[in-house]
Amino acid sequence: MAVSAAETTVTGREQYRALAFRRIVILVLLTVALCFSIALDMALGPANYSLSEVLSALADPAGVAAQLRVIIWDIRMPIALMAVTVGASLSVAGAQMQTILSNPLASPFTLGISAAASFGAALALVGGVALFPGAIQYMVPLNAFLMAMAAALFVHFASTMRGVSVETIVLLGIALVFTFNAALSLLEYLASEQALAAVVFWTMGSLTKATWPKVWFTAGVLVVTVPLFMKDAWALTALRLGDDKAASMGINVRRLRLQTMMIVSLLAAIPVSFVGTIGFVGLVGPHIARMVVGEDQRFFLPGAVICGALLLSVTSVVSKMLIPGAILPIGVITALVGVPFFFVLIFSNRRRAW
Amino acid sequence: MVTLTLNGLGASYGRVKVLSDVSIDELKAGSVTAIIGPNAAGKSTLFKRIASLIKGTGLVELSGSESGPRSICYMPQDTGANAVLSVYESVLLSAKQGSSWRVADEELTEIDRILKALRIDDLAFRGLGELSGGQRQLVSLAQALIRNPKVLLMDEPTSALDLHRQVEVLNFISQTAKRDGMIVLIALHDLSHALHYCENTIVINGGVMAASGDTASVITREMLRDIYRIDARIEHCSRGKPMVIVDGALHD
Repeated sequence: MAVSAAETTVTGREQYRALAFRRIVILVLLTVALCFSIALDMALGPANYSLSEVLSALADPAGVAAQLRVIIWDIRMPIALMAVTVGASLSVAGAQMQTILSNPLASPFTLGISAAASFGAALALVGGVALFPGAIQYMVPLNAFLMAMAAALFVHFASTMRGVSVETIVLLGIALVFTFNAALSLLEYLASEQALAAVVFWTMGSLTKATWPKVWFTAGVLVVTVPLFMKDAWALTALRLGDDKAASMGINVRRLRLQTMMIVSLLAAIPVSFVGTIGFVGLVGPHIARMVVGEDQRFFLPGAVICGALLLSVTSVVSKMLIPGAILPIGVITALVGVPFFFVLIFSNRRRAW
Repeated sequence: MVTLTLNGLGASYGRVKVLSDVSIDELKAGSVTAIIGPNAAGKSTLFKRIASLIKGTGLVELSGSESGPRSICYMPQDTGANAVLSVYESVLLSAKQGSSWRVADEELTEIDRILKALRIDDLAFRGLGELSGGQRQLVSLAQALIRNPKVLLMDEPTSALDLHRQVEVLNFISQTAKRDGMIVLIALHDLSHALHYCENTIVINGGVMAASGDTASVITREMLRDIYRIDARIEHCSRGKPMVIVDGALHD
């Protein structure tokens, strides 16, 4: 074997340090790209403002015209930031579902959580049924949230039963998707034309429903849950070596899986109830993160946060650019933007991606 | 001196009793003990019970060392992992469980040492999914050794290795046991390996301990007939080492 002298002297330690450094650089670059995307998102919209006008409105809200201020601060910024928090939440939820179920197909969408939310929303929009009595003006998101949590908890408790394998759980999730989709179709069939339009629009998923309280709420959930995962970074990574191996490393596999599923349920249900069905991010965000920074959760977790946020933020930009003057529902665009990018990554990646 | 004593260990899966009343007196530091027996005899269950990975009856006593969560390490049979992790990362992962995010230089140097000793340093930055079965077994061994356990329980660690690697790994394990004062228990199918490398042997059959003691006194023609249902002889080679020669399977 012809190995040069320089190569043989490189220790694993040095190679590992270089690898870790490279990953940090990747994460920083992705974060820069995210900031750029957020800025672009805020600069774009039906009202035409130049970039300098947008920047001055950001820097000095009091010094610009009221109309500009309102458009930037109360309309565009919540949307741009909602893309970030929702993208990040769904991506982290998908990442940890894939981790604990050891299945590349797991995501809030494929486990039936999004479908359940759509059904809940449709119950409110079509039948006027409030699952949570009282707050009528929040009937739609509340219904969506309750159904999403119910689906997540169902999957969660099914997974605690003796003899239920992770493959069974994924199958169960897919069965839930079909069940809720059928129920949704039935509701749509029975709905009035007006209600039908509302349901269809809701299920497409749209960030135009974003408001500051929703942004704060979703951001708050992220701020609380992500550190919980970070604390368990080594253990969560070890889960991917198989249950026996993880247990042999001193991890309480059962408890870790349950605890993670609980947190994931919240992370998946909340954004969906605010913005409707956005399917793609929760599945693909984590896969992109895995391809670029690997599966050590110390890098993978922030990677999933940033990739999810970036994916949805870019999608938000594209949804404004495709038809000038109109903002297309983001749920429709996510896959259109994400799939080609995902394909490029899969086919250009020489290493195994799962 | 560290010693391991097993006191009436038992375990059940649901209502099915899969292991009962396994007792061993004082396995000593530096000793290598073979656990032998037919498939599904309860060898893995015994290991999991010793490592407290499953609940059950009986007591595991490790005396002469402060027993922490890391003192008994079970190395399961390899099932293959599809994680997007390199060999190096997977070993680091094992070393870092329960500790901080920060990785010290000494920890990495130790990984380098172990990978080199097992001669898998050239695989360090290969993905786990790209490894052969034998390579995965060596990585599993590295993951166990990096934890520097007082007691190492290995479930068929050489089943996928070529002959050269089998000898190399078993030699390395018994040397490490002597040097670090580690108590090693190995589940083995190859009885010649047991005769060569293990001072003591425990025979498990149908969830109970059928025999235990000095390897040469345990691996006998009668034991092979009763437990393994084979017709076999223990003969000594020209250098005086005992070996198992199998003449055929017995039928009821």
